[in-house]
Amino acid sequence: MFYKTSGQFKTSYKSDQALFPVKQDAWLLIAILALAYVVFPLTANEFTFKALLVPVLIYSLAAMGLNILTGFAGQLSLGTAGFMGVGAYACYKITTIFPEMNIVVALALSGFFSAAVGVAFGLPSLRIKGFYLAIATLASQFFLVWLFEKWAWLYNYNASGAIEVRTMDFFGLTVTGPTATPLTQYYFVLGIVTVVTIAMINITRGRYGRMWKAVRDMDIAAELVGINLMRAKLTAFAVSSYVVGIAGAMLVFFWKGAAEPNLFDIPMSFQILFIAIIGGLGSILGNFLGAILIVALPVLLNVLPDLVGIQVHSAAMEHVNVMIVGALIVFFLIVEPHGLARLWGLIREKLIIWPFPH
Amino acid sequence: MELLYNIFVDPFIQMYEAPDFLLQVLWEGLVSGVLYALIALGFVLIFKSSRIFNFAQGIMVVFAALTLVGLHENGVPAWLAVPITLGVMYVLAVGIERVVLRPLVGQPDIILFMATIGVTLFLIGFGEFIFGGENKVMITEALGIPTGALEFEPFGGFVLIEEKDLAAVIMAVLLVIALLAFLNRTSMGRAIRALGDDHQAALSVGISLSTIWVIVWFIAGVIALATGIVWGARAGVSFALEVIAYKALPVLMLGGLESVSGAIIGGLLIGLLEKLFEIYWGQPLLGGNTETWFAFILALFVLLFRPQGLFGERIIERV
Repeated sequence: MFYKTSGQFKTSYKSDQALFPVKQDAWLLIAILALAYVVFPLTANEFTFKALLVPVLIYSLAAMGLNILTGFAGQLSLGTAGFMGVGAYACYKITTIFPEMNIVVALALSGFFSAAVGVAFGLPSLRIKGFYLAIATLASQFFLVWLFEKWAWLYNYNASGAIEVRTMDFFGLTVTGPTATPLTQYYFVLGIVTVVTIAMINITRGRYGRMWKAVRDMDIAAELVGINLMRAKLTAFAVSSYVVGIAGAMLVFFWKGAAEPNLFDIPMSFQILFIAIIGGLGSILGNFLGAILIVALPVLLNVLPDLVGIQVHSAAMEHVNVMIVGALIVFFLIVEPHGLARLWGLIREKLIIWPFPH
Repeated sequence: MELLYNIFVDPFIQMYEAPDFLLQVLWEGLVSGVLYALIALGFVLIFKSSRIFNFAQGIMVVFAALTLVGLHENGVPAWLAVPITLGVMYVLAVGIERVVLRPLVGQPDIILFMATIGVTLFLIGFGEFIFGGENKVMITEALGIPTGALEFEPFGGFVLIEEKDLAAVIMAVLLVIALLAFLNRTSMGRAIRALGDDHQAALSVGISLSTIWVIVWFIAGVIALATGIVWGARAGVSFALEVIAYKALPVLMLGGLESVSGAIIGGLLIGLLEKLFEIYWGQPLLGGNTETWFAFILALFVLLFRPQGLFGERIIERV
């Protein structure tokens, strides 16, 4: 009833392939954007910004990068956090070498560094497939984290070995460092995530996206219809690592404020892989749904006992959290192996034909 | 020029001048290689019979060792704690098969892989919740593992071999022999290999998939317990041990995901080479701690030239 598609006729191929072939999808998106741009900033407090909204956005972006590679191009990667680290350290170096540079430009440039590293570690994908490739990407993970620790130039020879973000302005507004307000940081992150998301939706709909999907579904068949496998796989690695790198830089600059090399260790890689898979491989929307689940769940589990009024030992609670997250991952995989995005797709189908069962 | 000398000449001069130290390094490498091989064996068994890339193998090692130590701490004698731990591993195998694997039969490989990561998280949380997160000491004496050290003096030098390492190597060899005998000489072992070759054909001659899966996961659990005892005796028992699980992955790349002998040879090779590289190249030239990545990069280079690994089955692709 609310999602009635009857009467919306497609008279040309172009209108059938439009971004929103169904009007209600566009309305829904506008509602969500209004929520993100107007309602949340008005109602959220500092804790919500720092613990929920900003992390969800940044993790969604990282998962989107991984999803380009794993979901669209079919190359399983376990080294996401390493590439995030490259983005973060590149951005840190760029802003120390060129202190006057606009932070947005620095972010965009740092993506190119992680893209280059991604392509270098993506080269084996031309010969290695499946789980062998997944293990091969772990090589980048361990090697890069080791490099962040040992290469003192990367962290400006700090005694602590960590990188710390100084205060930076964006057209008069303080966006990074301890004096920046969570609200400005949230808007800044939201703006970047919106822009990158629109770009990714269109890339995956376009020529390259179709190329990647062909390679994912059957690489030999794709090669036979004239797709250059090397180009398809390496562009997937490049675009994916670019987005992941930006997400890594944002993670440090707009959320954590400082980072040690082990922040980019393997648990982070797995967390992002969880988001991409629980959200739904091969879907842009899924990254956001997955990030909401994976980021919000531990926060909720921490807050929940207090709300109910039970006093729980916090260390024990942490262990139970890990346990519940693990069990939920298995649960979601069993219930819907294709992720939350698919679940939404099914609900949408039901809404369209509602109140009829078929 | 000096750099080239440091890379290509100096390490070998050092090896030649101090052969006793070289022997010591090789022995250390061999022992860790044996342990990598054991973990890799657990992976290979499960992958061969069910095409599941079982990421939880490393955590099963920790979990088994923790259960054993935890039981002993609570007053259970060692001779009883070992069978009880084996029982726990069996229950775990049945549980994983029933709750996780059975509903996911036929899903894409990556989904099953993710499910085992879910199991990993669950076991970490569960183990820490019950036994606590702090480092524990493996009960070596109660299990009859010697703790002394043997000293040798080859080439006028001095080599120290810890008896528990020797015990570890002997135990690993016995375990591998028992496993190979089981796989090659018993009907159950043949059924497991048949399932690895062709699921459909194995099912049609009456091999029960779920029984075999439980058995395979249980064997992986037994291997995990053996590995946990041995490694725990060397480094203590805590969830920091899970990093050794990652070490088994390049072993798998090198040896091939389906090859039992590949896992053993690959494990020994990686254990030896990574120790040599760390001592003679890593520490003097790269600032040390190269063990975290060397095995992966090595495996990566090998795979560039042999994509199926050193001993893996040849990948035949059909259009």
